[in-house]
Amino acid sequence: MTEYLDQIEHRLDGEDPEVGDVEIQNYTINFGPQHPAAHGVLRLVMELDGEIVERVDPHVGLLHRGTEKLIEYKTYTQALPYFDRLDYCSPLCMEHSYVLAVEKLLDLEVPLRAQYLRVLFAELTRISNHMLNLGSHVMDVGAMTPNLWLFEIREDCMNFFERVSGARMHSAYFRPGGVHQDAPLKLLTDIADWLDTRLPRLFEDAISLVADNRIFKQRNVDIATVSRDDAIKWGFSGPMIRGSGIAWDLRKAQPYDVYAKMDFEVPVGTRGDCYDRFMVRVEEVRQSARIMKQCLRDMPEGPIASLDRKVVPPKRAEMKRSMEALIHHFKLYTEGYHVPPGDVYVATESPKGEFGVYLVADGTNKPYRCKIRPTAFSHLQAMDFMAKGHMLADTTAILGAMDIVFGECDR
Amino acid sequence: MRAPAPAYVANDGVIDTARAALGDKLLAPVEAVGEVALHVDRASLVETMVALRDTPGLEYQQLMEIAGVDYPDRGVDRFEVVYCLLSLTRNHRIRVHVQTDDEKPVPSVTGIWPVAGWLEREVYDMYGVLFSGNGDLRRILTDYGFRGHPQRKDFPLSGYVELRYSEEAKRVVYEPVALAQDFRTFDFMSPWEGAEYVLPGDEKAKLPEEKGAPTPLKADEVVKADAAASPKQASSQPKTTDSTAQSGAGKAGPDAGDKPANLDVVALKGAGTGGGQNQ
Repeated sequence: MTEYLDQIEHRLDGEDPEVGDVEIQNYTINFGPQHPAAHGVLRLVMELDGEIVERVDPHVGLLHRGTEKLIEYKTYTQALPYFDRLDYCSPLCMEHSYVLAVEKLLDLEVPLRAQYLRVLFAELTRISNHMLNLGSHVMDVGAMTPNLWLFEIREDCMNFFERVSGARMHSAYFRPGGVHQDAPLKLLTDIADWLDTRLPRLFEDAISLVADNRIFKQRNVDIATVSRDDAIKWGFSGPMIRGSGIAWDLRKAQPYDVYAKMDFEVPVGTRGDCYDRFMVRVEEVRQSARIMKQCLRDMPEGPIASLDRKVVPPKRAEMKRSMEALIHHFKLYTEGYHVPPGDVYVATESPKGEFGVYLVADGTNKPYRCKIRPTAFSHLQAMDFMAKGHMLADTTAILGAMDIVFGECDR
Repeated sequence: MRAPAPAYVANDGVIDTARAALGDKLLAPVEAVGEVALHVDRASLVETMVALRDTPGLEYQQLMEIAGVDYPDRGVDRFEVVYCLLSLTRNHRIRVHVQTDDEKPVPSVTGIWPVAGWLEREVYDMYGVLFSGNGDLRRILTDYGFRGHPQRKDFPLSGYVELRYSEEAKRVVYEPVALAQDFRTFDFMSPWEGAEYVLPGDEKAKLPEEKGAPTPLKADEVVKADAAASPKQASSQPKTTDSTAQSGAGKAGPDAGDKPANLDVVALKGAGTGGGQNQ
């Protein structure tokens, strides 16, 4: 070693290109499609200058299943479970847009209890989605423990879904006209207990580990700042647009179901960076818990689905006694109901942003066209300008703060 | 509106403002199911969008979605491209429709909203609609090297090719689709309402009458036909069964023939009496 140091001691870079600055070319790497921090099957073709990201070209569609095409071949009832499989981290919020779109075309009245149940479980879905996203985001930037604790909460949410619908993930619980079955009283009281005790304890514990953590802030503050103008131009929605400081929440601005009666705050960020997006989601969990408590307090007794027997099938017990109910049951589960011609674009505030359904009906029992507006499409597209100039290791933080699920992005 | 759909600001006056701002670029405004849709001229789409974004009273700052729809029955211009716009300041949504076919390009709106880049790529991928001015019109959702545009109505649900990993070739190979079982599609439409098909055996019968068609014979015609066969006599006396003459008791029945002499011996046709007993 001493010989080598003597050798290079008085050399200058210009004279000998072997030492010091070496000219290197940009090189291109593939991030994914099999990468644990890519949150699914994302292939990012990245052009790097050393460790600095110059250009990002996301290749999506590796999970494309032709959902929209399949829906055109199914009746309105049969099309519903496809929505669970879009964003499989927040299935009920996917169903929400679809059932509202069908109800808008049918001009169908929905009983109050059904609306409360839908809001209650949509907010529970939001909590379970944010548990996954916040946990995996902190794990992407190096923290392990909070993820395990947050998954405890997610597991509780799954159990509640199972108790109300029979399925942990693909619930198919919201139906045009209401919900599929009533929630038992014990379940509602258990959710209320959970909101008062277990959720705040576990959640605040986990977040206290990262919210003021020095390393976590170093990895997130001032990473991928998005200005308000950019957020609007790039079609951002949900926590992404709120992180950039625009207080835009469809639950507040365009309330659906009983959100108009709910009292909650819309958190916004100040700098538009990854840390702001993270903290917006953290606050949204607290607000969701608040909405759920109001639902449990105000939920009236009554029917849980529309009583229009031409749309909502009767319950089994009724079917055993009434010929009319039997006929309706048979017709609705074979032919289904006919939706009057027309087209609507209905968007709701899913945990990831604006999730919309553009539904074209032609008067038959099947949708003529069902275009699904995924939240990830606009957010992931902005990856290029958000990641430009940042380090390679920051792309995981940027992706984590975007909250992308490929079931929904690729459809 | 009774449905609990997202409630935004009422549509009042939007069409008038749009008509004033767009002039003859606006072909047909439609207000249906509580939503406003503007059918506009394809060639001047970019100016239309700029006007919709910048005119006070319209202010649609965000492009949320571009959806393609295929109407093959229309003949010319079978595709419709639908732009869903959102106003953050006025809290209102609107849709802009343009029509095109697979040759005439639609002007790209990427200059106004960069988010349109991927959305237009998706419409191109799914329908083959071209967008002039989009510098990156690659396929987005389908496979690398995919052929055809899967969302068109004439593209089969099963597609044309399937792929699998071939152990011999040590790579993924593409093959024509071979379904082990037919796609089980039932339309479940009532045969009395709007079913287009002919059930097996129906071709032998006459065409079905329309719903609510009359029976072949009307009620008064039934009476007339009956009267022609056996003229009814108006009887002043209601039929009773007071006496045997009226009830017909004791008379031979309509199928009563000659009684056999010996009830134990059954007369066989074409055989001698008593013959065939032991056969």
